[in-house]
Amino acid sequence: MSSFAHAGLLVRRSVIRTLRQPANLVFSFMFPLLLLAVSSGGLNAATRIPGFPTSSYLTFALAVPFIQGALFAANSAGTNFAEDIESGFLSRLSLTPLSRSALLTGQLAGVVALGLLQAVVFLAVGEAAGAGFAAGIAGLPVLFALSILITLGFGTLGALAALRTGSGEAVQGMFPLFFVLLFLSSSSLPRNLMSIDWFHTVATYNPVSYLLEAVRSLLITGWDGEALALGFGCAGAIAVAGVYLCSRALRTRMVRT
Amino acid sequence: MSEPNGIEVEGLVRVFKKGPRAVDGIDLEVAPGEIYGFLGPNGAGKSTTVLMLTTLLPPTEGTARVAGFDVVRDGGKVRMAIGAALQEAALDPFLTGREHMRLQGGLHGLDRRERERRGNELLERVGLSEAADRKVGGYSGGMKRRLDLGLALVHRPRILFLDEPTTGLDIQSRTALWDEVSRLSKEDGVTVFLTTQYLEEADVLADRVGIIDHGRIVAEGTPAALKAEIGRVHVEAEPADEDDRGRLNAILDRCGGDLTAIVRELDREGIRVAHLTVHEPSLDDVFLAKTGRSLEGAGADEDEVLEEALA
Repeated sequence: MSSFAHAGLLVRRSVIRTLRQPANLVFSFMFPLLLLAVSSGGLNAATRIPGFPTSSYLTFALAVPFIQGALFAANSAGTNFAEDIESGFLSRLSLTPLSRSALLTGQLAGVVALGLLQAVVFLAVGEAAGAGFAAGIAGLPVLFALSILITLGFGTLGALAALRTGSGEAVQGMFPLFFVLLFLSSSSLPRNLMSIDWFHTVATYNPVSYLLEAVRSLLITGWDGEALALGFGCAGAIAVAGVYLCSRALRTRMVRT
Repeated sequence: MSEPNGIEVEGLVRVFKKGPRAVDGIDLEVAPGEIYGFLGPNGAGKSTTVLMLTTLLPPTEGTARVAGFDVVRDGGKVRMAIGAALQEAALDPFLTGREHMRLQGGLHGLDRRERERRGNELLERVGLSEAADRKVGGYSGGMKRRLDLGLALVHRPRILFLDEPTTGLDIQSRTALWDEVSRLSKEDGVTVFLTTQYLEEADVLADRVGIIDHGRIVAEGTPAALKAEIGRVHVEAEPADEDDRGRLNAILDRCGGDLTAIVRELDREGIRVAHLTVHEPSLDDVFLAKTGRSLEGAGADEDEVLEEALA
């Protein structure tokens, strides 16, 4: 039986277990949308600042749930993986002919599926509420591809935390750090309007800014090659590094002779 | 060259970086179809040994052949031949029993139809047919262990490793599991390597027992031979008439554990007995004799030792 079929079995398991924990699921969809409602309602005045890229704060803020959703997905990926390690389920899997790459693919594919589903919901809700989508229909596959890559990238970081620590609590503990990263980015203001120097510097070095700006470019500008290249580049780099580190960590975690 | 479904271990050692010599030079041999009971207190090195024999932990020194394959060089072939239910049934609480069977069957390469057939057969066998479509999170401890055992059998392994399969179970669940393990050995010829900290379990189930303490095997043999080695049957009696006590004790001293001789002597001398007990040496006596400690309550928690050592 191929690695592909093995990964398929694990994806199925991961989907089943995700759907059977509706509380987690609702939270990862509702929380970003709730924050979106609050910020787009309260911060609309920001659009009057000269240089603000759009007249709709909703359109501007809609990029944030995509990142938050990916963070939630990553958190659940990491927690699930850690639970498997803690419970010994990973040892059970290790005793079957399952390959490490199939295991990793199986674990991450579940996250990616969740991330994609979130992206669809966030976009649908945003558009229904009147947000713009400048790139048009052709931008949809680009937006979803970017979402998948972002979720995969964060997902590998969640999985890495699980593999290195073997503890669900450690993964949960790492989660707020991601939110700090999100906060210290261009999540609530475009970088050109940031007046505090250190904040501007941090946001400029923070890859999350470029993920946001790539999503935002599709919503506000249409087709911005540079923003898209930076976004895909950052997400891709995180994903590649994450997958590499995960497979290394898995080699020590899933020891078998 | 070992038989294809036996186990041969020579000089097996496992040292953890920050920890003790968890396994300190073990030699043992398990014959095909035999139930081998690996008995010892917590922290003795039982689980570490099982992890090495199931290829999940590389040995520091020594060799082990399982089903005729070296655990280090031919890990993949060993895994094909063995089934294992490791400590604490490792199950996904959100999946049903049947979904576990499907996953396990699929990972072992069974096609869809065979997966269903084999899954149903095993669920029936371990008495979980009715609970098959319930989530495992709601199973009792005994049901989880039975499912764990069933999952270990999906690919028809020739050797089965059970690491403390009945720890924490009530007596009914324990007996049900014993019956199943013994059936596997007798009817299907499966070799069973079973660790336990329960004397009774080793006594009832095992054809041969190895007693392990501080990473070393301190005694090995059939339960009967081990008991015979450390002492014979010991008889205690209370006379019906207190005046006979002296003569009674003299007879008991003279005859040792020979019950027939004791009864004959008592009859000849006309002594009436109010109470008579026959003490057979237990495996705990064997453990006491070999280590100077009682098995019950001895030892540290091996899980903790393992976790610390691996950290």
